[in-house]
Amino acid sequence: MTPKREAATTAPAPTDGTRGTAAPPLLDATDVRTAFHTPRGAVRAVDGVSLTLSEGETLGIVGESGSGKSVLGRTLMGLITDGPGTTVSGTVRIGGKDVHALTPAGRRALWGTEVAMVFQDPMTSLNPVKKTGTHLSESLRLHLGLGRADARDRAVDLLRQVGIPEPARRAGQYPHELSGGMRQRVVIAMALACGPRLLIADEPTTALDVTVQKQILDLLRSLAEELRMATILISHDLATVAGRTDRVAVMYAGRLVEYADTAAVFDRPRHPYSSALIASIPRLDLPPHTLLPAIEGRPPNLLHPPAGCRFAPRCDTATDRCTTESPGLTAYAGERDAGGLVACHHPLGAAEEAAV
Amino acid sequence: MSVAALRRPALRLLELLGVLFIASIGVFSLVVLMPGDPAVDILGAGRAPSEYAALRTELGLDQPLVTRYLDWLGGALTGDLGRSVVPPQSDVTDRVLSALPVSFEIAALGLVIALLIAVPLAMWSAYREGSAADRIIGAGTFGVLSVPSFLAGLLLILVLVNSAGWFPRSEWVRIGDGDLLGNLHHAFLPALTVALAELAMFTRVLRGDLIVTLREDYILAARAKGMNPLRVLFTDALRPSSFSLVTLLGLSLGRLIGSTVVVEYLFSLPGMGTLIVNAAGQGDYPMVQGAVLTIAVIYVVINAGIDLSYGYLDPRTRRVHV
Repeated sequence: MTPKREAATTAPAPTDGTRGTAAPPLLDATDVRTAFHTPRGAVRAVDGVSLTLSEGETLGIVGESGSGKSVLGRTLMGLITDGPGTTVSGTVRIGGKDVHALTPAGRRALWGTEVAMVFQDPMTSLNPVKKTGTHLSESLRLHLGLGRADARDRAVDLLRQVGIPEPARRAGQYPHELSGGMRQRVVIAMALACGPRLLIADEPTTALDVTVQKQILDLLRSLAEELRMATILISHDLATVAGRTDRVAVMYAGRLVEYADTAAVFDRPRHPYSSALIASIPRLDLPPHTLLPAIEGRPPNLLHPPAGCRFAPRCDTATDRCTTESPGLTAYAGERDAGGLVACHHPLGAAEEAAV
Repeated sequence: MSVAALRRPALRLLELLGVLFIASIGVFSLVVLMPGDPAVDILGAGRAPSEYAALRTELGLDQPLVTRYLDWLGGALTGDLGRSVVPPQSDVTDRVLSALPVSFEIAALGLVIALLIAVPLAMWSAYREGSAADRIIGAGTFGVLSVPSFLAGLLLILVLVNSAGWFPRSEWVRIGDGDLLGNLHHAFLPALTVALAELAMFTRVLRGDLIVTLREDYILAARAKGMNPLRVLFTDALRPSSFSLVTLLGLSLGRLIGSTVVVEYLFSLPGMGTLIVNAAGQGDYPMVQGAVLTIAVIYVVINAGIDLSYGYLDPRTRRVHV
């Protein structure tokens, strides 16, 4: 456990001092676009997303199924690259390295050590024929060059660190012998194994029981703090992200519609879509059997996205301008939302604040 | 190991004995099903009825079927498969034991060659699914499959034996003679001929399973760890994808042992296929029975072994004891 922590905490330090100016962000993504070419045309799953993330910062990416958030996560990591059937453009820098300009071997050297991913479904993201310990020790041997015995010991340490009881025994078991929550802990340990500086958790709790979800989210949170790891938490559920991330990016149909401090978004959502998402979170202070407001309609087909604002067809406040002119992601004028960005022609609260 | 853990192999063994028992009945019934009268086959037509009757008594053919079956089975269990009814009336067990290693070697070596070619081809094909390489491998293996064994064998003999002179076409060298290299030298071409016929199927089956496996999340997760794609293919994808291939392998080995007649003929090998075909042609029913029973036993044992290997291939099929 201790050597692990050292590896993680000492790694980020040198980057601060070496540059004269402010340290570059850990993750810097500019105008990322990912399109899949199908026989029926190009599906633009991610359509011009820019993000930055500093050391130790946590970011939530929230959106409905099919909004492109998982594809974004995989593109940021470089798991999805430009190639046959897929077009990726824009730049993604992790620790200053342009992920998509690296050779495949260069990218592989980055994976596990700089950036790692926790996948959605622990039932399918562990190899059924490999022991849990092997899942961990193989990356330790690959990236850190540990010997067989050392890697095994470290694997057991990692399992203990993610809260698995009897880690030595569990390391010798196969994934099917573990519960879903335990497996997700193994997946998390696998991602943490080589001390990455950035962790991308892609719907890490969606496949788990409700009772286990909170445990896993809290574990991720505490590990990220303990290891000073920047985290991207991808979720379809705003409530998951609330209180666990510094910033949140709300994604709709391949684009960011709002990108601001988490507290600010919850306190005063600027985009009608964010507002509708927040309104659909069940609340305890409402009387029982209160109908939750649903967002009418369905997300657009990414083969033929609508012109203008993509949310316009489902938006109560849409005007003619919204259906013709696409809103850019711009800083909101109000003082209370320093650093907040919204892509909307008629951001919520604009009228009343203008009146004040 | 608990009692329960031992129970499964024990049950399997019992099941196996049952299958073998039924197989022995089937094999014995071949006598009844084989056309013609053994006595007539042996003595030829146009003898006095009393001569035929005497021979039948001598061979025990006048006994009831059940008695004959039990006699035969008792002999078989003690390793005595009887005597050939065709001069020189040699011992069936001896003949089977001399032919079996030849067939087994050709079949096993053929499968090894087929695997050595098919596994890398399938992996490449699956990894580059839909690419030109994939299509060429697909077309190529099917092209090879569509060439019948006698033609493939003949071509190999023409090119590699007659023209190039790389391989001998003389007498078969037994493994037991101590000349292992000489034996392999002789066995290689017939084994290759066998391999060519099996290759396409192995490649196709493994490719299909690999493609499904490569779409699994755990493959993406393994890649995301920064592992080399080749290593992911070998350590993460191959084993979970090999079920159909291993099953097919067991069936092929069992089948090939008795059915490489064409290859044996082309390369003049004294194998099981030749033994059975000759014996059947001469009405030598004890020889046919003995050879077929031996093959049946091997077939059942191989496939029981394959069943047990599933537990190694996929730990989920092992019984879990908490």
